[in-house]
Amino acid sequence: VNLALHLTALLALPPLLVGVIQRVKARVAGRRGPPMGQLAWDVARLLRKDVVLSRTTSWVFLAGPVVGLVVTLAAALLVPFGSSAAPVEFAGDLVLFAYLLALGRFFTVLAALDTGSAFQGMGAARDATWACLAEPALFLGLMAGVRFAGATTMAGVLRQAAVWEPGGAPMLLVALALLLVLLVENCRIPFDDPTTHLELTMVHEAMVLDHSGPPLALVLYGAAVKLFVYAAVFVRLVVPLTGSPVQDEAAFVAGILAVAIVIGLIESTTARVQLPRVPRLLISAALLSVFGLLLVAR
Amino acid sequence: MSVLTLLLVATAAVGTSGLVALAPRRGDQWSHGALVLGCVAGALGALGVLANGPLEASIPGGPSVRVDAVGALFLLQTFLLSAVASAYGLTYWPSDRHPSGRRVRVAWGATTAGLAGVFCAGDGMTFIVAWEVMALAAFFALTAEDHDPGVREAGRLYLYCTRAGTLALIVLFTWMHLRSGSWALVAQEGAPWAILALALFGFGLKAGAVPLHLWLPGAHASAPSHVSALMSGVLIKAGIYGLIRVLGLYAGAPVAWGAVVLAMGAASSVLGVAFAIGQHDLKRLLAWHSVENIGIILLGLGLALAARSDGHDGLAAIALAGALLHTWNHGIFKSLLFLAAGAVIHGSGLRTIDRMGGLARRMPGPALMFLVGAAAICGLPPLNGFVSEFLVYSGLLRLLLVPAGASWLLAPLGVAALAMTGALALLCFAKVYGVAFSGEPRSAEAAAARDAPRPMTGAMAVLAGLCVLFGLAPVLAAPALDRAVAAWGLGAAPLVEELPLGALAAMATGLAVALLLAGLLLRARLKGHITAGVTWDCGYAAPTARMQYTASSFADTVVALMGWALAPKRSAEVGPAFYQPGADVHSHVRDLSHEAVARPAWRATSRLLGRMHAFQRGSLHAGILYILLALLLAFLL
Repeated sequence: VNLALHLTALLALPPLLVGVIQRVKARVAGRRGPPMGQLAWDVARLLRKDVVLSRTTSWVFLAGPVVGLVVTLAAALLVPFGSSAAPVEFAGDLVLFAYLLALGRFFTVLAALDTGSAFQGMGAARDATWACLAEPALFLGLMAGVRFAGATTMAGVLRQAAVWEPGGAPMLLVALALLLVLLVENCRIPFDDPTTHLELTMVHEAMVLDHSGPPLALVLYGAAVKLFVYAAVFVRLVVPLTGSPVQDEAAFVAGILAVAIVIGLIESTTARVQLPRVPRLLISAALLSVFGLLLVAR
Repeated sequence: MSVLTLLLVATAAVGTSGLVALAPRRGDQWSHGALVLGCVAGALGALGVLANGPLEASIPGGPSVRVDAVGALFLLQTFLLSAVASAYGLTYWPSDRHPSGRRVRVAWGATTAGLAGVFCAGDGMTFIVAWEVMALAAFFALTAEDHDPGVREAGRLYLYCTRAGTLALIVLFTWMHLRSGSWALVAQEGAPWAILALALFGFGLKAGAVPLHLWLPGAHASAPSHVSALMSGVLIKAGIYGLIRVLGLYAGAPVAWGAVVLAMGAASSVLGVAFAIGQHDLKRLLAWHSVENIGIILLGLGLALAARSDGHDGLAAIALAGALLHTWNHGIFKSLLFLAAGAVIHGSGLRTIDRMGGLARRMPGPALMFLVGAAAICGLPPLNGFVSEFLVYSGLLRLLLVPAGASWLLAPLGVAALAMTGALALLCFAKVYGVAFSGEPRSAEAAAARDAPRPMTGAMAVLAGLCVLFGLAPVLAAPALDRAVAAWGLGAAPLVEELPLGALAAMATGLAVALLLAGLLLRARLKGHITAGVTWDCGYAAPTARMQYTASSFADTVVALMGWALAPKRSAEVGPAFYQPGADVHSHVRDLSHEAVARPAWRATSRLLGRMHAFQRGSLHAGILYILLALLLAFLL
């Protein structure tokens, strides 16, 4: 039952999350915005289409979307959603969480380079570069959680919303750092603009320029799942559980929607950071994590 | 046959296998045969030690042998990699095409035998002798192409460094002898800091830990690729073995010892990979990754030392197991990568990454092998690199949960270094694979590249298979690691009980199956629905190979970010004219420890010693006078 619930949430909520972000952005801009199910509809349509492949590419190009989606789904198994525990939990699984996502990045980057396109190479380089700073921020943030919760599993760290626990105030810093990691890992403003395809500043969209048809569907859905997984981690860190399953599920979904609204508002109100300044922002995130860790351990 | 006989026979067979290569006909094949026989015997012997427990033997007043599970692990690695890389060498460096082929064979056998001696040595004397055989023989293997001045310089640097290291080790073992009254490598009293300093210098120089790595990139890049594989896979691990062995004897060491080793490991891992990113030469890049992985191993070892001093034996056991497993894993995937790089050189003659490109279509086998090795060295699941890094992480996470004391602070340091290393390594190998193997050929040589001959690909496939095997079933390594941890003097529960190895294996296997299924599904869905075209590239209809993103551009931001350590040099010739007749940009990452420390130091030394020339008159009278003076001095004293 738990696993079924988990998988249902994993299937249904990511498109919704993206839909809410788009709706919020549209409303702030004074537009009506696409329907909530736009992403799901896009994916369904792309899955029925044929595909155009560059003659330059090899099997790695098609492996990119497949690996990207599968590892994100695998990583999602380690994260607890609403009231339910994570389907898979073992000591140290947060290392696996981070490295699964790294595997996804590895193949996404390789698929981008496989086309031999300058645009995709540029996006790939940026994605891989920022990960070098985002990864320590993520790990140090999780370390603060480990020290605070006294557990080395993803589910253990997120068992209770640490922010509301006695002495949990430093975890606010960690939550902030994780929000920044969420934004950079999912290529949102202020790090990247998911709506542009043809500007020199974009990252993720540039990497997937050459995909079409079913592989593109996998890319779109995988990106949504990744965003959802990070959002779930953030929500579990800040939204307290009550103990009643129904309330907790509702609180979780509400939290996810709130994250979507926050992302939408950030994207509507802030500009992309100038590219050379991105590392500073990421180093700040890592430092926030370090401060959180030191204060938690004090 | 007893285990001891097996090991002795193996060492002798391996050592003499090089001489067989001097046979007039089919010398390579006979030599390889003898080597493989020796390696099989040796591997059986090592397995015997793992199964039956430690082995001790000595000739009174002469050399003594002591092999425990730690040594057996290193022996297994030595024999396995030596045999596989030698098989590769049959096609890659045959004597009839390379005049240095026989010399490499002779040196190969002696190096392998010397390594076996190091891992079997029961006392300091035997250790030093075997160490010297190994170190000097390797010199002759790595300078195979000594008609090239670059190779000669790299060889000289290697020779200086290994001599300096041996000197430190002689002092180290003599000191231990003076303190304990015996050459035997047994538990020692006290823990003087000088011992740590000597061990770190002598062994760290061989292992190539920052800041003692100066010889490593050049030597690995200059040697023939299968020699690089042996050196990176096994030879530098002798330094790790020495550290594990000697530091293990000092049970009373303070926590600070562990902290020092851990800090050295953190520096090695981050700087090693950062320098790797800045390289343009494929083999030099791989060599820098050895520095990185030595760092990861030292992180685990430092953690084990600190935890042992703190009395957390369980934690120390996990960390040591992580270090040992990473030593083993690194041997496999780094050899694999060097062999794949050798296939690239063999097939295209290229070493500069920015001149490759599109090799995956021309040599699919080596490309796949390189990809497996790259994913493994980045520590990505479901391959073996992830398992050993997971062990080190597990140790660090446990340290984080230690409530009291300040030693937990080592945990965030280690984790941050490991996390950053992982992400940087990923960038580096994505760059290498993406630029060298994907896309369109960037030069005529790359376009004309040939696939590797089957024996070479076969040798690589063995190693790639091991990467997958130990990634999917880490449990296989657990019993051997348990024995090794116990032999190091840690009383701890078996790893299977301490660590979620079963869950790890289940996740890895599940992941592999899911990936395969999803890939097959997509393939079935796309079959017959594919239109081929050119890369879209935002509507540009005729992309050329020169429009591709280069390796240098790919690494540029990171190199700039790490500029405080890498001090990249960039020379750009762009004039003020609006229409450029031609622009030229060169970027180059120097190795500061080599260019800013070692070179000036040698220059100063040779100037100083140059003054001695004044005494070297070359005339008979002066010589007789010196002898007389020396004699007088001896009488006076």
